[in-house]
Amino acid sequence: MTVSATETKFSDLTRMPDARGHFGPYGGRFVSETLSFALEELEQTYLSLRDDPDFQAEFDRDLAHYVGRPSPLYHAERWSQSLGGAQIWLKREDLNHTGAHKVNNTIGQALLAKKTGKPRVIAETGAGQHGVATATVAARLGLECDVYMGAADVQRQKLNVYRMRLLGARVIPVESGTRTLKDAMNEALRDWVTNVDNTFYIIGTVAGPHPYPQLVRDFNSVVGREARQQSLAQIGRLPDALIACVGGGSNALGLFYPFVEDDAVAMYGVEAGGDGIETGRHAAPLSTNAPRGVLHGNRTYLMSDEAGQVSDTHSISAGLDYPGVGPEHALWKDVGRVNYVAANDKEVLEAFRELTHMEGIMPALESAHALAHAKVLAPTMRPDQHIVVNLSGRGDKDIMTVANIDGIEF
Amino acid sequence: MNRIDQRFSELKEQGRKALIPYITAGDPAPQYTVGFMHALVEAGADIIELGVPFSDPMADGPVIQKACERALKQGTRLVDLLDMVAEFRQVDAKTPIVLMGYLNPIERIGYETFADKAASVGVDGVLVVDMPPEEADEFGPLLKARDLAAIFLVAPTTSNARAATICAHGEGYLYYVSLKGVTGAATLNADDVAEHLAPLREMTDLPLCVGFGIRDGVTAAEVAKVADGVIVGSALVNRIAESVDAPETIAGQLKSVLGEMRTAMDA
Repeated sequence: MTVSATETKFSDLTRMPDARGHFGPYGGRFVSETLSFALEELEQTYLSLRDDPDFQAEFDRDLAHYVGRPSPLYHAERWSQSLGGAQIWLKREDLNHTGAHKVNNTIGQALLAKKTGKPRVIAETGAGQHGVATATVAARLGLECDVYMGAADVQRQKLNVYRMRLLGARVIPVESGTRTLKDAMNEALRDWVTNVDNTFYIIGTVAGPHPYPQLVRDFNSVVGREARQQSLAQIGRLPDALIACVGGGSNALGLFYPFVEDDAVAMYGVEAGGDGIETGRHAAPLSTNAPRGVLHGNRTYLMSDEAGQVSDTHSISAGLDYPGVGPEHALWKDVGRVNYVAANDKEVLEAFRELTHMEGIMPALESAHALAHAKVLAPTMRPDQHIVVNLSGRGDKDIMTVANIDGIEF
Repeated sequence: MNRIDQRFSELKEQGRKALIPYITAGDPAPQYTVGFMHALVEAGADIIELGVPFSDPMADGPVIQKACERALKQGTRLVDLLDMVAEFRQVDAKTPIVLMGYLNPIERIGYETFADKAASVGVDGVLVVDMPPEEADEFGPLLKARDLAAIFLVAPTTSNARAATICAHGEGYLYYVSLKGVTGAATLNADDVAEHLAPLREMTDLPLCVGFGIRDGVTAAEVAKVADGVIVGSALVNRIAESVDAPETIAGQLKSVLGEMRTAMDA
């Protein structure tokens, strides 16, 4: 690519992507021709509605009265004290209807689906949170809903699978490839290419072909806008640091984006370190400097072997078990706006248990990656400094996983 | 002149239509691929599309997904494909070869390195399924400079405006995808195809070849009436899948499937 990421200034980051969906050298629309029309149509629909006050009002109304926004910014005083450093504030996306930040985006995309008049929605899901959030909005709008989920994830997230079925969605286990999130996305794309006339694809993260990375970011940015206002009101100033977990990266971009020009606010994106970066069994393309590659419609950092075959990934959390990452994160890494680090499964479990014990809040294992880094970062900071952690989802869905690790059977 | 252009001009003189088989390289194992290619030529192939196996073939149905899995299990890499083409060229200097696959393996090798190697071993065209013309700014000119044809897809959902862009960038031939869906899906409707090809004829002199949904001599002959070429993939790959335990029988089966199509098309 001709555009060099290093020429990009932080202030330029608010003007991404360009008209063709590129974030510097990343992003784009790498899809087979059959989908081009649907993506152009979606882009036009979105661009025409994005600044439409009626559309925004409807979105805001749904977020307030259906999702229950704004979500609180909670001072985890006891945990902060025990870590002995910075004050930790939790952005409580776990308290949203359906239990995670994912619903912000599905509400937005469901409104787009309604405008396009398509009677059917599909989604891919890893941990099942996006699938549940999609099944929820589909139920509310009376849309047919099919959710693709890797067969391995269907096994480890049984509770969410049943939730989706109760909501009236069909959950389709995907047996191909590594049987995880990336394979679910392949299968959703195959469905979409076949049923493009009557189907709206609700992508759950800031990846995929343009305009998905942009619109998923925009719909989730409510997280960061609220956190910014709440910080000013409750702390009296902006926080010193933000931390969020990164799989595809939608909760992180949602929190980070409204702070991107606030140079004094440090940002940390925490990837899935799996068994440990050194073992190669992880899902951390940014923090391990994976090569650039193209998958699922965009160019980004992508874990692949020397022949360009996409690598197997590993994480305790199904929601982060993905070999790529949203293209905007790739650019933000290159320009140095965000520090990308990894937390391994063991550290994540420790953080999961600690927050549950000390604050009575059970985080999703995905969100516990962000907490694991807060445990590292907070003690290096002063007690008059402040960290906002995106508690992107609640941990009920992970109780079985943790119980299995503890050797408990129900 | 590029071998693809040469081939289409010969076919035009003879009043015949191109028969273009697709197989995934390395399926069921790399040592068979070159033999299969020669068998396809003997059965009447005019151009060969050689599939580059990929871990995440998003535009392909189960038949070609499984072919990719078999080929990857045997360790088939893009560099091995280039060796296969070189080996094929030692015997066959005339049959055009198009590499068809996804972008990531090419990205890993690097556009320029790949284009150099492809040209030097005797590849004639490249079709990257997930690279529409809008994303080919850098790769397209590198191919052109080496007389490698950049081949693009046109779909039933393609607008006239997009089709014009694709025609302007396309070389070799246009690959018209006859169905909304993945490879190996339902049987196509020839009248429908004819209707979609008509506006393309107005836009370009490129040969119009049709793929997706061609299963036998009957469908091949129907499509040949309205198109310049017929592309057949899953029907062949299916035969490979059914005979992975008896690989020595596959070349013969490919010849009989393709031969039937050739006969039907030329009748």
